[in-house]
Amino acid sequence: MFKTFHKGGVHPPENKLSAGRPVEPFPVPATVAILLSQHMGAPAKAIVEKGAAVKTGQLIAKGEGFLSGNIHSSVTGKVSRIEAVTDASGYKRQAVFIEAVADEWFDDINTDTLLDKEIKLNAAEIINKINESGIVGLGGATFPSHVKLSVPRGKKADFLIVNGVECEPYLTADHALMLEKPGEIMVGIEILKKALGVTQAHIGIEANKPDAIALMQKFASEYTGVKVHPLKVKYPQGGEKQLIKAITGREVPSGGLPVDVGVVAFNVGTVFAVYEAVQKNKPLIERVVTVTGKNIKNPANFRVRLGTPVAGLIEAAGGLSENTGKIIMGGPMMGKALAIADIPVVKGTSGILLLQDDEASRNKPQPCVRCGKCVAVCPMGLEPYLLMPLSQKNEFDRLESEHIMDCMECGSCSYICPSARPLLDFVRSGKNNVGKIIRSRKKQ
Amino acid sequence: MVTTIIYTILSLSLLGAVAAVVLYFVAQRFKVFEDPRIDQVEAELPAANCGGCGFAGCRNLAETLVKSESFDGLFCPVGGNTVMARIAEVLGRQAVTQDAKIAVLKCNGTCEYRPRTSIYDGTASCAIASALYSGETGCNYGCHGFGDCVEACLFDAMYIDETTGLPVISDEKCTACGACVKACPRNLIELRKKWKGNKKIYVACSNEDKGGIARKSCSVACIGCSKCVKVCTFDAITLENNLAYIDSDKCRLCRKCAPECPTNSIIEIGFPQKKEKIPETAGNNPLTVNKD
Repeated sequence: MFKTFHKGGVHPPENKLSAGRPVEPFPVPATVAILLSQHMGAPAKAIVEKGAAVKTGQLIAKGEGFLSGNIHSSVTGKVSRIEAVTDASGYKRQAVFIEAVADEWFDDINTDTLLDKEIKLNAAEIINKINESGIVGLGGATFPSHVKLSVPRGKKADFLIVNGVECEPYLTADHALMLEKPGEIMVGIEILKKALGVTQAHIGIEANKPDAIALMQKFASEYTGVKVHPLKVKYPQGGEKQLIKAITGREVPSGGLPVDVGVVAFNVGTVFAVYEAVQKNKPLIERVVTVTGKNIKNPANFRVRLGTPVAGLIEAAGGLSENTGKIIMGGPMMGKALAIADIPVVKGTSGILLLQDDEASRNKPQPCVRCGKCVAVCPMGLEPYLLMPLSQKNEFDRLESEHIMDCMECGSCSYICPSARPLLDFVRSGKNNVGKIIRSRKKQ
Repeated sequence: MVTTIIYTILSLSLLGAVAAVVLYFVAQRFKVFEDPRIDQVEAELPAANCGGCGFAGCRNLAETLVKSESFDGLFCPVGGNTVMARIAEVLGRQAVTQDAKIAVLKCNGTCEYRPRTSIYDGTASCAIASALYSGETGCNYGCHGFGDCVEACLFDAMYIDETTGLPVISDEKCTACGACVKACPRNLIELRKKWKGNKKIYVACSNEDKGGIARKSCSVACIGCSKCVKVCTFDAITLENNLAYIDSDKCRLCRKCAPECPTNSIIEIGFPQKKEKIPETAGNNPLTVNKD
């Protein structure tokens, strides 16, 4: 019996069409649009001007404040303009447009692929390096990694957890990376262990990736204190709190952070980026993106430079077919439908999913039948059937006391609802409003 | 048998009398004085409980009106000057008058002017659609048309026009309570000074993009060319973030600005048709004219 979290969860069809496809390097595009806001927190501030010549890996925007991230150029060329571009949120955000002429890496970036096991930096230097390299959580939340590693005073990390779960249907980016770079990921884990001052690391992988589990177990046996946990295939197993519960049995308190229970968790993609930053001096300028969907000819895992337009990736995987209903950035459960295909790839882009018309369409909402399925599947133990009407009626006090802020927007409730009620839509809207109230209260 | 009934009646009467005496003294002891004028003021208020005054309901406004020394910042937009005058009479104070206001929609992006670029099949709510993306058209600022404002209106003064996809505000029914202003996630509704004959002149656009981008997404978008600003003799028009704004307190309805607008984003409503200057396509746009 595999380990898992105990509260709620659903099991949507896995549809891992691109599983087993190797990570192909995607050609450097002619123009990239590098968004200044690719992370949680304040947008970075551009430090290059129009016309400036930049090299691959050169810093082009600096993080503003503590919760932010640096942004580097992903190509070599000239900054053609700094302008707003529509991003995955559907709104226009500032981006640096660079026209690529070559692919010449900046100063002392090591581009060889040799495995470098020796960790030369100390803990503080590692955290600093990660900050400089603009590394954020690549699982999708894009939380700046250096902030996670700076454990607050009075708290102590006991374990490092590495998230190789990839519970979203369709996506295989993390899976492909684990098969491709197990040695590098192990060194990345050692680096993070050193930075956090912990001796134990646990890697969680869903049981539908037996090849990755076997490979990671083989590599982990060379290191002490690194353990691979095969986990039950259940969505949202890859949710940070769910993963922590499954592996350690510890429960992150409501409103708390994983470090409150002595755990810090990173996605495998992030761990690999940490390896490259610390050992190879390479900032975060590319990532693995799955391009998939039932009517895409060649589902693939690409290593993509940040800022590459999504349309190019779709073209490379076989193009857009007639009956495509939605283009989704991310997975089918938590991803965002894109309004246009010319959206640049950002640090948080784990996949591009093309849904067919019938898959993408939403059924007409019917009245609630009080079956309670949404309550049963909520991994956070909330009551979505109740939160939705409360949100519709703007009962913000009540929403707060019903712990709406614990919702992680996994969408299990909307997925399971037999009446096709848009539970998550309203819960999210209520969460936004309550969040605003809480923030304004804190300011006072 | 009879005696039992008599005893019962007597004992119950006695009990009632004792309770009455106790209750009388308790009531005297715990009596809360309430200004009788609160009831009088409340009776004058429209009992709409719309919250337009900023209070939870009419009773709360009445209490505050009676307790406060002056009428500063206290006004019932629904009742308007007449109701406030009557309240002033009740309270023996000098009445304050305010210009009547009317809600207008600062977007004229009808289906015709603002072509669709994507299809939204999610929940029909402006707030939710707005949180998910910029909308079905290329405009990041325009009306979604799902009618959060219509739902918020307690006075039945709004409806969504099927052909334009935009809300229509009834001049007669609108009380300027401001519920729609709060309901709109894009802040498209503004309360403006109400002129006689419901004359209106305003920039029916909220797009802050640069001219070219705005024009591309909507043919009647304000492109921030500042022609109207230059022609205005009353300094009523300001340009901020590529968007012109006509201050309804300073505007004198001279109508110089509207013909200047190259994209017809300045709307004139309720004026007699100008004969010579404006060709049919310019200026007056019948689509947002109220039909009541």
